[in-house]
Amino acid sequence: MRATFVAAEVGNGLRRNLTMTVAVIITVAVSLSLFGAALLVRAQVSTMKDFWYDKVEVSIFLCSKGSDTPSCAGGAVTDAQRDQIRTDLESLRPLVEEIYYESKKEAYDRFKAQFKNSPIVDNVTENALPESFRVKLSDPTKYEVVASAFAGRPGIEQVNDQRQILDKFFKLLGGLQLIALLIALVMLVVTVLLIVNTMRVAAFSRRRETSIMRLVGASNFYIQLPFLLEAALAAGIGALLAIGALVVMKVVLVDQVLAPSFQFTAFVGWDAVAAIAPVMLITGVGLAGIAAFFTLRKYLRV
Amino acid sequence: MILFDHVTKQYATQNRPALEDVSLEIEKGEFIFLVGPSGSGKSTFLRLVLREERANSGTVWVLGKELNRLSNWKIPTLRRQIGTVFQDFRLLPNKTVFENVAFALEVIGKPSSHIKKVVPEVLEVVGLEGKEGRRPDELSGGEQQRVAIARAFVNRPMLLIADEPTGNLDPGTSIGIMKLLDRINKLGTTVVMSTHDSQIVDQMRRRVVELEKGHVVRDQSRGVYGYAR
Repeated sequence: MRATFVAAEVGNGLRRNLTMTVAVIITVAVSLSLFGAALLVRAQVSTMKDFWYDKVEVSIFLCSKGSDTPSCAGGAVTDAQRDQIRTDLESLRPLVEEIYYESKKEAYDRFKAQFKNSPIVDNVTENALPESFRVKLSDPTKYEVVASAFAGRPGIEQVNDQRQILDKFFKLLGGLQLIALLIALVMLVVTVLLIVNTMRVAAFSRRRETSIMRLVGASNFYIQLPFLLEAALAAGIGALLAIGALVVMKVVLVDQVLAPSFQFTAFVGWDAVAAIAPVMLITGVGLAGIAAFFTLRKYLRV
Repeated sequence: MILFDHVTKQYATQNRPALEDVSLEIEKGEFIFLVGPSGSGKSTFLRLVLREERANSGTVWVLGKELNRLSNWKIPTLRRQIGTVFQDFRLLPNKTVFENVAFALEVIGKPSSHIKKVVPEVLEVVGLEGKEGRRPDELSGGEQQRVAIARAFVNRPMLLIADEPTGNLDPGTSIGIMKLLDRINKLGTTVVMSTHDSQIVDQMRRRVVELEKGHVVRDQSRGVYGYAR
């Protein structure tokens, strides 16, 4: 094995086939960027789930005067009803982790804080907001247990699971991620086809060399290695560009645009980028290597 | 060295077999001419020896190996012991004489110290000393064929296959090439040469095997090209 000879062959091959090499680099970069972006969205969703599921609560809104749900037919919630609900909630421990009572006054204060810049505040009075129990569950997926126990009981207007609202949002993100993955998949197929074609052209343009190599008894490995390395190198450069794009996405889009505008939630950290980058590199180089290997087996036969 | 035992080769696209029931033995150190009209099976014979094709039936033995049973990954080892020369030289146009010969060693992984030693030696054997830096298009046809022979011989193969090596050369140049092949043969390499050149065959007076329509129709030691049958 002579490394310098193989390296020289690889350099020659890449230079002679420059336009195709550039095409391979660009398609690999674009497809892997999309692939990386999809993985980043996935990491983002899981980060947000961790962040939010820790905070979500089940809200049990109690009847106020004038509530028109059937369970509120008896008018505003009575003290006895309220105490009974609290006792029943206590009996659901350890599923119920924390119970917090929010009075009309507290609800109004929180509302005012949340919408402090909006004219809506002026139209809402303390009495318009319901009092509620905020319940934190040790396992947020067991929401149904609480809901079935309390929904429809006299004195309770509504049982709300915040997770359901979040889930809609996560489904949206999941959909986006799926679309990105699908496009990435299509692009990766295009990339593989391009590499197959590039290898065919490369094998054809060097058929004189390879036929002599076969005649003088060069091993298949030795004949194919320069081609394989060329494909892997081009894909590697493309993958590095895609990783660069991923870093730019993280710095510009996540850290500088999204994070300052949406401070209430958590965003993916560099650990996610560090985990995705090697996946991109391996996917790119691996796909190119496999595509090249099978093409060469067909076109550079002994 | 080479043993064909009832060998038949049928190409899928042709009606008539290219070689049919051919049995032939070539001993170590022989110089043998393969003659016959185009399409008689000379090239197929050589391709079978190089294991570029497989026989449909019969057995082909080359250098102690039965080629039908030789696995693919062992073919390179076989070919390293066989030098090959063609009518069209098959040199790399963008490489110098030295580099063309060195290429054959580089691709089988020989160290550059070995290459620097043996390439000048073999270029001297073929009479190209002083032309190491030329490119093929700066050489005459005869000189190009000498480069090809140097490349074929640089590994000191046991067997040299020459497929019409003088087919593109004028008679005077051809004689020079034949002298060179004769010298290589005297150094101990078995030479199998296919040719249409009657003059050469008649002058050399070596073993002649004549093929016609895939059959051996004549096998004669110290033969001539056109034998009255």
